[in-house]
Amino acid sequence: MKIGIAGSLESNDCLVTIKDSDVLSIKVQSIVDAFYHDQIVELIQTVLEDVNMAHVDVTVIDKGALNYTIKARLLTALHRMEASHA
Amino acid sequence: MHRSYLFIPGNHPAMLQNADIFGADAVIFDLEDAVSITEKDSARQLMKAYFETIKKPNFSIYVRINALTSSLGAIDLNMVMNEIVEGIVLPKATVNDIKMLSKLLDTFENARRIKKKTVIIPIIETAKAVFEIGQIAQLPRVSALLLGAEDLTGDMEIERTKQGIEIEYPRAKIAFACKAFEIEAIDTPFTDVTDDEGLEKDALHAKSLGMNAKCAIHPNQLESINRTFTPSQTAIDEALRIVKADEDAQKHHRGVFSLNGKMVDKPVVDRAKKLLIKAKHFGMLGEEYEK
Repeated sequence: MKIGIAGSLESNDCLVTIKDSDVLSIKVQSIVDAFYHDQIVELIQTVLEDVNMAHVDVTVIDKGALNYTIKARLLTALHRMEASHA
Repeated sequence: MHRSYLFIPGNHPAMLQNADIFGADAVIFDLEDAVSITEKDSARQLMKAYFETIKKPNFSIYVRINALTSSLGAIDLNMVMNEIVEGIVLPKATVNDIKMLSKLLDTFENARRIKKKTVIIPIIETAKAVFEIGQIAQLPRVSALLLGAEDLTGDMEIERTKQGIEIEYPRAKIAFACKAFEIEAIDTPFTDVTDDEGLEKDALHAKSLGMNAKCAIHPNQLESINRTFTPSQTAIDEALRIVKADEDAQKHHRGVFSLNGKMVDKPVVDRAKKLLIKAKHFGMLGEEYEK
């Protein structure tokens, strides 16, 4: 299985884990879940679309990261997943 | 014109998102020593996303890339080149490295249609670089020299002390070169973040040698550094008196005059004018003097 992990559980960061999958699956657990869950999922979907990744299993544990941090961690995890396969 | 340069680790989201509240004149986002080798990719990606997001920051943005002699430096550059980045801080700088970096910057600026010239701040942290200071200070794009005392004393195999006697020569040499070629002289960080008194003493000494800015490795150091490198109100008042007296003397065709019992001639007037330019830059002059 291909897997990529990036980020941390420190404040204002997030830990992203991505695995290859047959379907798209996005799980988000956030300290601001009540207010931003849907926005974070939407952001993840947008980033995945931008890089043409339709079939991955994404888990994000968010500790209050801003959008650019989530995007950066997601892209790093994706690159690491790809590298793990190479 | 900057007084303080704050190092922020490039892979630290909490510090990134607070960068505008620390009060640094400039921030150096660090991809080199502050980022472990296994996290370089993550830091680069974070920097890229951050630069693409922030708008009009209230500080100048610099990035310390990894040395160009490693394979990491060019990869760093590829990720962080952005219109918002004022300059690149180059570790272990030598004349050849700076020329190489300048060529790479030409390529990236053209490819990405970056209109402004990205400047270079070489870190003087090897004996060879100290030897080459005069040449380095004159190279195109070089806007400042930064003393890296920890690595330099390591290279020299000498003890690094709080008193800093061992770095007196490179400090003075950097200050002279920077004055000669009208670029900024940035002093090395004071690494004991708990010693406020030591920091102030160190900054004052660096200033007395001609340094005009200092690096900070913790936001708590900024207040002291900014205060040290800002002209004091007493100095500003004195400079204003000198310039006013000079204007009066000029009307009477006098090149030299006396003020409060001291002789004032052109060098003294020039120094007062330079101080007022700095004071104006940092908003220290009253409205009536702003012009």
